[in-house]
Amino acid sequence: MTMTDTATLAVEDLVADYGGEPVLNGLSIALSPSSITAVIGANGAGKTTLLRAISGTVRPREGRVLVDGTNMARRRPEVISRAGIAHVPEGQGVITELTVEENLRLGALPRSRAARAPALTDALTRFPVLAERRRRQAATLSGGERQILVIARALMAAPRVLLLDEPSLGLAPKIVAQIMQLVRELRADTGLTVLLVEQNARAALAIADRGIVLNLGKVVADEPAGQLAADASLRRHYLGF
Amino acid sequence: MQEFIQFTLSGVAFGMIYAAIALSLVLIWRGTRILNFSQGGMAMFTTYLALEVINRTGNYWAGFAVALAAGLALGARIERTVIRPVENKPPMNAVMVTIGVLVVIEGLAGLIYGGQFRSFPAAFSPISGYSIGSIALGVTPNDVFITVAVLAVSGLLALAFRYTSVGLRMRASAFNAEVARLLGVRVGGLLTLGWALAGLIGALAGVLVTNSTFLAPNSMDLIFVFGFTAAVIGGLDSPVGAVVGGLVLGIVLSYVNGYLGANLIGLGSLAAITLVLMLRPSGLFAPAQARRV
Repeated sequence: MTMTDTATLAVEDLVADYGGEPVLNGLSIALSPSSITAVIGANGAGKTTLLRAISGTVRPREGRVLVDGTNMARRRPEVISRAGIAHVPEGQGVITELTVEENLRLGALPRSRAARAPALTDALTRFPVLAERRRRQAATLSGGERQILVIARALMAAPRVLLLDEPSLGLAPKIVAQIMQLVRELRADTGLTVLLVEQNARAALAIADRGIVLNLGKVVADEPAGQLAADASLRRHYLGF
Repeated sequence: MQEFIQFTLSGVAFGMIYAAIALSLVLIWRGTRILNFSQGGMAMFTTYLALEVINRTGNYWAGFAVALAAGLALGARIERTVIRPVENKPPMNAVMVTIGVLVVIEGLAGLIYGGQFRSFPAAFSPISGYSIGSIALGVTPNDVFITVAVLAVSGLLALAFRYTSVGLRMRASAFNAEVARLLGVRVGGLLTLGWALAGLIGALAGVLVTNSTFLAPNSMDLIFVFGFTAAVIGGLDSPVGAVVGGLVLGIVLSYVNGYLGANLIGLGSLAAITLVLMLRPSGLFAPAQARRV
């Protein structure tokens, strides 16, 4: 039995282009159930494209994306989302014209009618900051509140895997620490599997079980997070801290 | 004073027609960023179908219902067959396609029904106007029907957008299609629904206005131009703006017609749109902040 067989999400030999340029060059990773995996690397290493190829917003040219063993590569994003993969894109993706509550409700729409109302109650209980602002336009939220909203919205669908793209982008260090703590709690409470793409390698490795370093669309390191954070030469080469 | 009241009130009914056309344009624009130049042609064609049914059955309401149903079907059909392939192409492709659809529809209508003007019945009396005491208001029962019909349909749509999950899905995919897809929304089907609803509202405008304009293959062209003007005045993105824009334009053009003469209506419409765009370049009801980041 290989690691891929037991993985909640596995990517095999993925090749993807972006605007005609090759970005992912035969990349393979596997996420074990309820793990947090940090993907780090320089700008242009292919981190965001990896998430987009998994969620279907970029069509991979070759390779497989296995969700519990079923290949979802080249399926449409709405189909992949309904298979339990929640992708929170970079730059957040709050729909600013809708209210906070409408954003949340939208996240639960793929579920049965009966499951929607309890999901909303749960989200508003877990995130009091959203409950206070539920009737406001999402445009009025701060950056940190928006990040909480998109994570809460992604959870409304009760996903198996959460793909988080640069949640620390543009946020103050204190807020980043809160968001990272939140990701940890969610994993502990719900058994969620998390794939976290981060420019902020230090913050990401601090909460992750595994760390994967990408360079030019390939995996150059795949190790336990603590080991990776301690590897001085790798840090100097790829992570810059 | 009596003239002023008459011009104002009779402007309302025409304004509602422009509002309906504007609303149909806004529905499509919001979902697909496409301006549907065939909207007037679609409404003209469904009005011919209504006339056919009315002539055969003698029942106005049967024709009315057929027109709305045909509008719904025609909108969905056009989106599926000719718009879907150009949806992610440069915007000019879609513009050319909708103009092509207009040419085809008007050509077909000419082939099937000929070019002569036909009269179209009104739902209620378009002649005997209401009055208060001895003061005639310039408003007929049919004007009231037009106003109520357009407001009712717009109101129902607004409620559906606001309170149903299909409405929430439609708004989400109009504002941010990629995020909607990531949340499992099947955006494609909603675009078809948007076109279908636009077809229905356009068809409503067609049957309501044609009693006062006569029916011919190009009889909706001018109405379309005014509806488009109303949509731009309202901000193109806002359904409320479309209705208000239609109302404002209807009343302004009624003053122009009444005080300055019918020859100046086109100029009046140009003046109205120029003035609004000078004061508020993105329309009266444009969203305050930039949409795309």
